[in-house]
Amino acid sequence: MGVELDFLAVLKEWPLLLRGLVWTAGLTAVATVIGMAVGITCAWVRSSGPLWARAVVGAYVEVIRNTPFIIQLFFIFFGLPSLGVKMSPDVASLLAMVLNLGAYATEIIRAGIEATPKGQIEAAVSLALNRVQVFTRVVLPPALKKVWPAMVSQIIIVMLGSAVCGQVSTEELSYAANLIQSRTFRAFEAFIIATVLYLGLAIAIRSLLNWAGARFLFGR
Amino acid sequence: MMEFSNWDIIKNLLIAARWTVGLSLIAFLCGGFVGALLLVLRLSKIRGMDRFVSLYVQLFQGTPLLMQLFLSYFGLALIGIETTALQSATLALTLFTSAFITDIWRGCVIAIPKGQWEAAQSLAMSFGEQLRYVILPQAVRIAIPPTVGFSVQVVKGTALASIIGFVELTKAGGMISNATYQPFLVFSVVAAIYFVLCFPLSLYAKMLERKIHAQRR
Repeated sequence: MGVELDFLAVLKEWPLLLRGLVWTAGLTAVATVIGMAVGITCAWVRSSGPLWARAVVGAYVEVIRNTPFIIQLFFIFFGLPSLGVKMSPDVASLLAMVLNLGAYATEIIRAGIEATPKGQIEAAVSLALNRVQVFTRVVLPPALKKVWPAMVSQIIIVMLGSAVCGQVSTEELSYAANLIQSRTFRAFEAFIIATVLYLGLAIAIRSLLNWAGARFLFGR
Repeated sequence: MMEFSNWDIIKNLLIAARWTVGLSLIAFLCGGFVGALLLVLRLSKIRGMDRFVSLYVQLFQGTPLLMQLFLSYFGLALIGIETTALQSATLALTLFTSAFITDIWRGCVIAIPKGQWEAAQSLAMSFGEQLRYVILPQAVRIAIPPTVGFSVQVVKGTALASIIGFVELTKAGGMISNATYQPFLVFSVVAAIYFVLCFPLSLYAKMLERKIHAQRR
């Protein structure tokens, strides 16, 4: 049987697609910045914090890494309101993405921190740097440099995972695709185009972060 | 209206969890099979195969699993194949899993020193024999920890099958929470069940990894 594909009907709705793409990229950008901060903090706690704090961070990391993102999102969006914590879909999505990325970033950055030679820390201490300085100037930059490729991959995984956020009516790219397919009845075409956009975004993010990491985070 | 006790909720979720386990096994076995096939194609040095497989990997690793599920769900319908949610989910999860697994296993094969290939070749072994007797026995050993680790991603990936209407743990959780108005309890239990499924796998993977590294030292 013949199959007729009509991509034009979907492409006519390009403002929706563009809006969705911008939302996905924006959510990912904010989640990356906050999630990295969470990851760096937790990695520091895990490698040199007090014992109880290490246990708390360890539990957080394992719970997030061993449950699906969609359940984390549903728990935040549907579950928390019954405790009186209500959030808009966008905030819930962002929070879920931050928590998710934060947990993975903790593990990734910790691996980098542990690979720091002890002599470097001793050298820094003998130059009278305090603990914070040792961490931010001596330990962290080479650690980030070492784990940056893994970090970039994880950020992309979180971006791709954010397609689920449309399920709680966050108006990101997959939500736009769903909207278009319900307007035009061109489901396959709408999802093909959305998929291509996701692929493009993933490639763009990878090259942007590879460049930005070397330029700003651990550069020179 | 029917009343649900806490035990009813847990019991029904556990029943649904069987489908999460089932779908995970299906996805893992089919994905592993296709992944192995792709790996052999890639190693076989047939012209163009390396490009093809690396494109395949990039395509499925660079797009959301959710989109793959939608495409397999609507795409199969479009070419006139009546599919159930289970069949669409199986197809999408197989493609997704194979793309990751073939890449993981390729890494393990590459880790085998080149001299092993050359030695096997110099003993006049065919390509199949080289793989069967020399490369794979060594590669499998280092492939097990990352494969076990990846199985966690497969289990978590099956949660998305709920969105195309396959009733597994996540879908059941949504339905039960709608019926009972207890989303906090229901999604806590759902998360706990996923954790119980995934955490042992994570621990096992970590343990295996440590073992292998210990041997190398």
